[in-house]
Amino acid sequence: MPPIPDTIYFFGTCLVDLMYPQAGVSAMQLIQRAGVKVIFPPAQTCCGQPAWNSGYRDEARSVARAQIALFPKPIPIVIPSGSCAGMMKVHYPELFAGQADEAQALDVANRVYELTEFLVDVLHIELQDLGEPVTVAVHTSCSARREMGVADKIESLLGQLSNVQRVEHARKPECCGFGGTFAVKEPEISAAMVLDKVTHIRHAQPDRLISQECGCLLNIGGTMEKQGDAIPHQHIAEFLWERTSMASTSLSQRTDRSLSVVEGNTTEGTP
Amino acid sequence: MTSTFRTTVRANLAKPEVRANFYRAMDGLMTRRLDQFPDKAELERLRTQSMAIRANALSKLPELLETLEANLTRNGIQVHWAETPEQGNQIVQAILERHNAKSIIKGKSMVSEEMGMNHFLEALGIECLESDLGEFIIQLDGETPSHIIMPAIHKNRVQIAKLFHEKFPDIPYTEDVDELTQMARRILRDKFYATTVGLSGVNFMVAETGTLCLVENEGNGRMSTTAPSVHIAVTGIEKVVESLSDVPPLLSILTRSATGQPITTYFNMISSPRKPGEKDGPEEVHLVLLDNGRSNIYSDPELLATLRCIRCGACINHCPVYVRIGGHSYGTVYPGPIGSILEPQKAGLDVHGELAQASTLCGACSEVCPVRIPIPSILNRLRYDGVRRDTANTNTVGSGKRRTLSEAATWKTWAWAATHPTIYHAGSTLATHFKGMLPTNLGAWTTVRSAPKLAESTLHQQVKNLGVDHE
Ligand code: SF4
Repeated sequence: MPPIPDTIYFFGTCLVDLMYPQAGVSAMQLIQRAGVKVIFPPAQTCCGQPAWNSGYRDEARSVARAQIALFPKPIPIVIPSGSCAGMMKVHYPELFAGQADEAQALDVANRVYELTEFLVDVLHIELQDLGEPVTVAVHTSCSARREMGVADKIESLLGQLSNVQRVEHARKPECCGFGGTFAVKEPEISAAMVLDKVTHIRHAQPDRLISQECGCLLNIGGTMEKQGDAIPHQHIAEFLWERTSMASTSLSQRTDRSLSVVEGNTTEGTP
Repeated sequence: MTSTFRTTVRANLAKPEVRANFYRAMDGLMTRRLDQFPDKAELERLRTQSMAIRANALSKLPELLETLEANLTRNGIQVHWAETPEQGNQIVQAILERHNAKSIIKGKSMVSEEMGMNHFLEALGIECLESDLGEFIIQLDGETPSHIIMPAIHKNRVQIAKLFHEKFPDIPYTEDVDELTQMARRILRDKFYATTVGLSGVNFMVAETGTLCLVENEGNGRMSTTAPSVHIAVTGIEKVVESLSDVPPLLSILTRSATGQPITTYFNMISSPRKPGEKDGPEEVHLVLLDNGRSNIYSDPELLATLRCIRCGACINHCPVYVRIGGHSYGTVYPGPIGSILEPQKAGLDVHGELAQASTLCGACSEVCPVRIPIPSILNRLRYDGVRRDTANTNTVGSGKRRTLSEAATWKTWAWAATHPTIYHAGSTLATHFKGMLPTNLGAWTTVRSAPKLAESTLHQQVKNLGVDHE
């Protein structure tokens, strides 16, 4: 069991940055509440996964190299996404194999944790549920499930919440059809997949859908919305923060709370 | 440009009946496989063992093939090498001509599909009769297999009943599966005795003993390999294993992964033609070993794992893409995840490279593959080969042929922005400020989904606005 660190790096991912910033804020708040200092290197952009998955390895490598430089200290790097964590943990070593900076890439890979994994295995977080009774369905991203092998962590976190009841849906381990550029390159197949996923989730009638992956949430949530009668969806970090701090769901209110995140140095100089 | 693949996919997605057939069948197969492996640790142990057996065989492939040929020849089995499907077909043709055979009865063989054998022989006026029930059904309908284990899986019982009634109007209409099976059996039974040449595939070839192993469920494989006086086996060069003791673990994981059966109904071990004094078996046994791009795959250490495949079809059964589009959409002999890595390598990335894109990389295939083929990694490698510039460093056929100027430029720009944080963040800040002006119609994405909504402010801005210290 790794010891509880004093300080961690937080890598926010580009989807969280643009679409679901509240997930990033909540994740950092959860970690800070446990007495751990958070460094958010402001020069972070993207882990490089889109180019890597599209076969553009040189481009992926240059972007990945820029991220690697942002995490020099020997402390954990926590990522609120299974697929970006998988990129850094599993694919950086492949991408940098035989390169001059292979050692740095391996060092980063060894320090990467997907958020729920970090909360459960490293922080041993204890949650006290302050919320009203609610039923949730869980969607685990394929990268969290298979690449990172951490599908059980989100379940065990939710299991700690006394007023949260999990409901199961059919074909739960099946991919939602997002797959990064797949949704764009093979839109018809992707659509068929996500429509089935939505049907299965609706059938289970949860009050909310929870996942640790913003890509999947964007896909499933966007489909529910377009088809009408959307089930509210949330990133696990936001849900956990809401349940255990009784924070309002409104973004402005929540960011007014005192959040002391430490920004790290950038490679380009601080803004 | 809309490719053939995309056109077929679109057409097949629009057939709810076919999709339902696949969905139903695959759910059953997944459950049955799961029931076969109650002990997860035991499954993982067996997977590692099976992977090791296959990896070992491939590590000394040329030498094992030599041993195999020597031992088969010593046993009286005639060995033929075919580099291309055409050569394979010509070998079969020559054997048929020597025996004046005007027809051939076939057990299940995906390699014969790879060779387009039926087509080739029929053009020469030779009748090819498929004796595997699934193959028999699709042959009646003029189709190709949609799955490597269950060729007619895209059809349901009623469709098959109608097909039989149309082709055999004299026989009363029935939807009873047992009766339909009996009907096919009766039609085929006489053919086995009337035909001189039988053909089969091979599951494993044992180098040390010169034995051909054949796994099947219906008995048609046994009939095809014993009733006619000549038996021709066709298979790929990669199917060799070193020793007899390699077979039981592979067999055990093969049947359980494929159809969820603890053991197969028939397991044939063919080690020689009929010997003097023996009552049955063919007088001649031939083995046609097909390369068809396999030695090229063999020459690349990263792609070599493709050849570990034991053709169980588990990756296909668990693939969320396959289950929606069906096997025919791929336009190849091998569909699903294994097809998506094998076919582009065989035919070239310029021909079938698109299949490497037809995956979300969800990893369901590699999670079940009994020989642990890292299918997503190989897909990733093929995507790379498709668009790479330094094609001198790869053997993959069609490398670099999928590179387009516009796509390459897009990724270049993206990489430039993502390595210049100030510009990247200025861009995302602008995007969030002017989100009202962003398009709400994003082409394919918005056909079933609403447009992604940008947050009021980015995470970067929120972190900054909190007035935190720099380190
Ligand atoms: S790739 Fe693996 S799972 Fe797929 S058919 Fe081959 S052995 Fe079976």
